[in-house]
Amino acid sequence: MRELVVISGKGGTGKTSITASFAVLARGAVMADCDVDAADLHLLLQPRVRECHAFFSGRLAAIRKADCIACGACLAHCRFGAVSMNGPGAGEAVFTIDPAACEGCGVCARFCPVKAIDLSERRCGEWRVSETRCGTMVHAQLAAGAGNSGKLVSLVRDQARRIAGERGAPLVLADGPPGIGCPVIASLAGASLALIVTEPSVSGEHDLLRVLALARHFALPAAVCVNKWDVNPEMTERIERAASAAGARIGGRIRYDRAFTAAQLDARAVVEADAPAAEDIRRVWHALDAMEIRSELARRH
Amino acid sequence: MNGHPHIAIASGKGGTGKTTVATSLARVLGHGVQLLDCDVEEPNARLFLRGDVQESRMVAVPVPVIDETRCDGCGECARFCAYNALAAVGGAPLVFPELCHGCGGCVKVCPRQAMRETQRRVGMVETAEADGVIVIQGALDVGVAMAPPVIHAVKAHARRDAPAVIDAPPGTSCPVIAAVRGADAVALVTEPTPFGLHDLRLAVEMTRTLAIPSAVIINRAGSGDDRVQAYCRVEGITVLFELPDERRIAEALARGAVLVDAFPEYRSRFERGWKQLVAIATEHHA
Repeated sequence: MRELVVISGKGGTGKTSITASFAVLARGAVMADCDVDAADLHLLLQPRVRECHAFFSGRLAAIRKADCIACGACLAHCRFGAVSMNGPGAGEAVFTIDPAACEGCGVCARFCPVKAIDLSERRCGEWRVSETRCGTMVHAQLAAGAGNSGKLVSLVRDQARRIAGERGAPLVLADGPPGIGCPVIASLAGASLALIVTEPSVSGEHDLLRVLALARHFALPAAVCVNKWDVNPEMTERIERAASAAGARIGGRIRYDRAFTAAQLDARAVVEADAPAAEDIRRVWHALDAMEIRSELARRH
Repeated sequence: MNGHPHIAIASGKGGTGKTTVATSLARVLGHGVQLLDCDVEEPNARLFLRGDVQESRMVAVPVPVIDETRCDGCGECARFCAYNALAAVGGAPLVFPELCHGCGGCVKVCPRQAMRETQRRVGMVETAEADGVIVIQGALDVGVAMAPPVIHAVKAHARRDAPAVIDAPPGTSCPVIAAVRGADAVALVTEPTPFGLHDLRLAVEMTRTLAIPSAVIINRAGSGDDRVQAYCRVEGITVLFELPDERRIAEALARGAVLVDAFPEYRSRFERGWKQLVAIATEHHA
């Protein structure tokens, strides 16, 4: 089984629209939406949810007011600025923990002299297994402001691989998050190939080079695709040269096309519409052939 | 509000124009304003506001080291660690620095005082001046997973006696929380598309969880439909202004131009938008 992860560094370059198009072209891949912060693939693939599971990860500290002696030990021990003291000078000190800052380390609970702090399991979101017109999809939603997105990404990928394994599906197709931090690292570990979608802008170039360095750091083969390439053809050339120099393969170019937005409004993939960019996306998909994604597909069918 | 307004620019969805808005706001506010580039995974503000770096500092997080002459292999540190950054294997435990959050718990619970902390580099904070705008940029080292310590370091360099525009990362999880927590108001930049609306809802939920007032800026107006406008009306969220979907704007930004430099006709929207954000923040604090 192969695993193709679509990432970008910079957000908004067209990852999800391209992943959805690949899902249509692949016929029989298992999809994994690894952008658990802001998952959007379901808006194009219109899944019917088959299973829904809560995602618990990490812990959250809370002070039992009735037992607190207001000694301030928790405040002194917390490294994350999660403990605050309200009402100093105005009567008794009251200590509280801000869930948005608490990282669940447990130091406050351990060093509370009267054991007035509880640690509870933290519900950080949910994950789902769904059926779509292109095959099975595993997707998730992190709770607003929750942490541990990397763990949720790993869970989504593990489930997608499990399902692909059970069904003999040749490909897992993952829609990755932007950036280079923990959820991106979790999306890349153990993948076969990263397709990096960028755009011909100073930001696109800068962010591509950082995410390419990340792929290299994890010894993961990468291919680069420039979306909206005709907005700045010179910059496109420059980006492709830089990407080649950094050891990436060139996956092709996709022209600027309002069909991307039109397809989104219709809840469809770009390749399901009769649009110039759809041709470009098909070409990129075929280019991945050389990178053994499609040959693996052909072998299995 | 305590001192000058510190206002964050966030989005949920990536690529909606956060940096475009943040750099233009900083430009119209001009001399003395701080621009905190908290998108430390992909910091971009200095690609637009170019300036000379005046100060550069390493960001490091504490990670444990074990004195094997003192450690008796009791495993208490590994049992305590919530992040599996210590593994008891008989004898002195193994340390996995990339999993460590730096809580310091292991050092505190060790019964033999066999642990101390050392500093592990995770990124850099640089201060630059660009035509009077103080740009404080964080950059996470490639291969490092945890962005929040670098974001906290950027914010620690900000002065409270001057206004600040905080360029936040996309998403709604811990790096975004680290960037917007403590801000007086948040401007959420979106686009009028199904992805834009879906992710805006998540971002609004996030700002409500944090109890920070927010308002919306619609970028690439005209490219999609009017559901973002309708949503904001129903939710009672102020739409500060719109920016049109024009290829000439996309081309100028692609070259690294600041929007209000290339198209000065938009300056007044940003000036008014900032005033409205400050008013929203003041009202919220009152």
